[in-house]
Parts: sequence; structure tokens; C-alpha cells
Amino acid sequence: MKNKTTSVLRLLAAIASLAILGAVTSTLHAEDAAPAAPAPTPVAFADAPLKAQTAYLQAALTNGDPTPTNIAPVAVAGHTAWMMVAAALVLLMTLPGLALFYGGLVRSKNVLSMLAMCLGITGLVTIIWWAVGYSLVFGTNLASPFLGGTEFFFLKGIDSAPNTSYAYWIPQNVFCIFQLTFAIITPALIFGATAERLKFTALMAFVGLWMFVVYFPLAHMVWGATGLMNGVWNADARIPAIDFAGGTVVHMSSGWSALILCLLLGKRVGHGKEPMPPHSLVLTMIGTGLLWVGWYGFNAGSALAADAVAANAFLTTTIATAVAAFVWPLLEFILKGRPSVLGMCSGAVAGLVVVTPACGFIDSTGAAIIGVVAGVVPYFAVTVVKNIFKYDDALDTFGIHGVGGTVGALITGVLVNPSVNGNLVSEAYAAKNGLKAAIESHSLLLAQAKAAGITIALAVIGTVIITLIIKLAIGLRPSVEAEHQGLDITDHGEEGYNH
Amino acid sequence: MKKIEAIIKPFKLEEVKDALSELGIEGMTVTEVKGFGRQKGHTEIYRGSEYTVDFLPKIKVEIFVADGAVEGAVAAIVKTAKTGKIGDGKVFVLPVENAVRIRTDETGDKAV
Repeated sequence: MKNKTTSVLRLLAAIASLAILGAVTSTLHAEDAAPAAPAPTPVAFADAPLKAQTAYLQAALTNGDPTPTNIAPVAVAGHTAWMMVAAALVLLMTLPGLALFYGGLVRSKNVLSMLAMCLGITGLVTIIWWAVGYSLVFGTNLASPFLGGTEFFFLKGIDSAPNTSYAYWIPQNVFCIFQLTFAIITPALIFGATAERLKFTALMAFVGLWMFVVYFPLAHMVWGATGLMNGVWNADARIPAIDFAGGTVVHMSSGWSALILCLLLGKRVGHGKEPMPPHSLVLTMIGTGLLWVGWYGFNAGSALAADAVAANAFLTTTIATAVAAFVWPLLEFILKGRPSVLGMCSGAVAGLVVVTPACGFIDSTGAAIIGVVAGVVPYFAVTVVKNIFKYDDALDTFGIHGVGGTVGALITGVLVNPSVNGNLVSEAYAAKNGLKAAIESHSLLLAQAKAAGITIALAVIGTVIITLIIKLAIGLRPSVEAEHQGLDITDHGEEGYNH
Repeated sequence: MKKIEAIIKPFKLEEVKDALSELGIEGMTVTEVKGFGRQKGHTEIYRGSEYTVDFLPKIKVEIFVADGAVEGAVAAIVKTAKTGKIGDGKVFVLPVENAVRIRTDETGDKAV
């Protein structure tokens, strides 16, 4: 036991030293970069001509680009207020939304292990995000399509001024926290597949490495200003793909990693022989409701402003989710005779997952189509495919997030509608990297498929390597006896319910 | 003195209790139990996992009565707990050696 603890500490120490190293290099870089930027000096609002002032205010109200006015953008009340609420809503998805959703689905002896993993990941990922994570995703000084930069290590220089590479009218510190909440929920999704048989220490070590190997590179590729697959905001994106709120970054990455991790981990003791029913679908339903409400911050918030695109994403998210929450139990009713509460919950989450990459790019008709697809495809993934291949994806992370995320990434390329989001055909970015041409020629599906392929490759290869390292270093599973007793007592020394 | 142990359907408990009270039986012990007999269980489906639940919830009623009251009590239970469908339960009558009321030290029939 002591040896294992030491190994975990060593792992964390290694991450910390990497962070410190990065902080030092970022200081060096900052000195190098100082004399650049020949842009015209921005004028103060009060000194600008009236016409420029009017144009500036118009841009601020509608989340427009103020660059032509030559007045530096500032954090604006409405956009900032919404984004702070949106960040809190996304955190609500993890704490307690996902924690209760997963917690209710396991047997009562493992309920606390689910809650502990959500809380533990929130702490760990926040520390990594502060030290290096934000910078590795949203920095730019490496000028790399695969990884961000070092300039924001330890959140250096991050204050309430906007970072105009990402959003003109919200403070960078709010943007940073909003993105942090995505970085928290993504690895938290993974342990649904490995529920009831993965040690807490093994999960923490896994997440610590996974963020660096899979999440940070992928998030930069999709959302970073110099990202490889950032079709909407990078004029030099090699693959002009689109992903509004994280179909690839969040759901595909976690879903495919979850499949690999659960295969390498093996089945739960007694799987297929003894019943393992959810211990409280009441908790699962509460979790589902919190996920759905929180998802408005996730999807509509991904507009990074309180603007027309956010409003459309709010609408499409609702339609797709409600339709899927209805179609899944309808299938159960037709095929099995009874619509189940777990089916309604699963349909809602599947709808939210599939609409995630699409929500800011489609209209309400597209959303309804997505709702039907989300109610049908993941349903068969978790009831038929899983039983054919007999893997123990305990809480169906792969079936819903992996399969749903992949379907969502692809279908976004088909249902995309530039009339709801002008950024899809902008002269500044989309016209240069081929996104506009792909949409106009109805061939965006190709770019979406490439992005999905890269995501799967990164998630699968990264997870295999990390899992093998952790298996050798500290082991993945508790003893059979501990697994029988339940992880609440063996990992945490507590019980969820003391009657 | 006899012990009467009845396994009945949960929703019949109130009726059984009222019928026994009318006969002057002053106490009973009730336990929520699970088990199976000839009534089949049911299937529960959680996404792709189907489980057959063999053990069904029942109520076990335990009362202790003097020999003369046994027949009436058993008849009252059988009458009130009956629905005519499979799964109505069973009544067992067992001999009891003795009983003691703790507060008063009374023994035998006086204690039940």
C-alpha cells in the first residue's frame, strides 16, 4: 500500500515539475515576444470619433468584431454575466449532476466512489488547468496546430481583459473558468464505463496523464486559435471541421477512452452471473435533470456571448433533447413492452450528447432530426452491440458518449445551416481554410469524418499507453474481496447509507 | 399456546390486522420479507441488462395465542388475506413452550 501511494505521489510530483519548467520557459518566451505586434495603437473610447463609438457599441451589443473601430474591446456586462452563469451551470453538470446520475446507477456499496471520483477530478483538473492546462489549450506561442502555448502558465497575465483570439467582450478569467468546467466533466465521464472496479488512486493517476496526452492536444486542435481542426476560428486550419460545444473534444474523447479503459480493466466480478441493478433511479433522474439544465451553459454558453448564436443553441438543445428523451422510451415500449425511467433519462443524455457539436450550427428542424437519431442509435449501442461483444461498459459511457458523440460529429456535417451562424461562412476564417467552400458544396461531412478519425486515434492510442503505465506502476483494480465489499468502504472508509 | 406465522400479500396487512384485533388478539409482530413460492417473479430491464427477480416482497405476521383461539385466528387470516390468485401466501401453526411478560413476570397463556 505504501509503495503504491509513493508511486502516485511521484506521478504528481512529475506533473508539478513539468508545470514549473513550463512557467520558466513561458517567462523566457514573453521576453522574446515583446517587440512584435505592429498593429495601430488602439484609442480610448472617449477619444474616438462618434461614428467609431457607435460602431463599437453596436459590436459590443451583438458580439461583433470591434477591430475596425480601433477601440480596444472590454468586458461587457451582459455577455460577462451570462458567461459566469454558464460556467457555473457547466460545473453543476459534474457536481452534482453527473455524480448523481452515475451514483444512482451503481450498487449502493459503490455510490460514494462515484461521488468521490467527480469531486477528486474537479480538484485535480483545476490544479493542472491553473498550472499549465489552460495555456496548453488556449495559448498560441508554440504556433502549433497540435498544442497551445506556454504564455499563460500559472494563469500569468490572465485578468478581466478579454482575450480577443477567442471572445471580444468577456473577460479572459471568465473564459478560462468556463473552459475549465469542460476540462473537468470530460474525464469525469470516463469512469462510468469502469464503475465499481477501478481504484480511486488509479483513476486519479489516469486522469492526471490523460489530460496531457488526450484532452489538451485535442481541445487545442478543435478550439485553439492555431488549432488543426478549428474550421470556424482558424484561417489556417488544415481540416476545416466544426464542433460547437465539444462532440469530439468532450464526448468522443471520453467515450472512446472509456471503451479502451474498460476493455483493459476487465469485467466486474460476477458480471453476467449476478444481478447488478441500479440502486437508485431516483438519484439518476435528479442527475439527469441537473445535466440537462447545466447543458444550457455548456451548449448555449459555447457561443461565448449572450448573442443570437447562443439563443439558437438554446433552442436546438431543447428540441433535440426532448425528442430523444421521448424516442428512447418509445422504442422500449415497442420492443420490450414498457417505457422505463432509465430509458427516458438515457434518451435525454443521448440527445444532449449528439446535439452538442451541432447546436450552434443547425436550425430547429436539424435539431428534431438529431433527437430521433439520438434516441435510436445509442439505444441499439447499449442494448444490442454491448451484448454482442460482451464488454462491461458498466454505465454505458461508450454507448452514449462514444457512439453518440461520433454520430453527432458526423451528422453536424450534414445538418449544418450557415443561416443560423454567419461565422460558418466568414471571409476572415471560413473562406480561407475551406470551411465555406465545404459547406457550399455539401462536403463538410468529409472534414467531420477526418476530425472524428483523429479524435478516435488519439483517444485509443493515448488510453492504451496510459493504462498500461498505470497498471505497471500502481495497478488498476482492487482485490476481489475489496470489490465484493464495495469501493466505498475499501477506498474511502465510508458508507453512503447508514440506516 | 401456539405461534401463528402467516406470510401474506403486503396490501392485505391492514385487513388482516383489523380482523385479528376484532377477535381480541392484542399484539403482533410484522416483518417485511422476500421469498418465493409458486408465484413467478418478474423481469427488470435496465438498458441492455435483464434481470429476473425471483424474490417477491411479502409480509410476515407473527402472533401468539392460547390454544382455544387458534382456530378462529387462522380462519380470520385466511378469510381476509385471500384474493384467490396464486401468491396469496401461507399460514403456519407451531407449538410454543412458554411465554413471559417481562414487566409483570406473568407466564403461559396469561402472558400472550
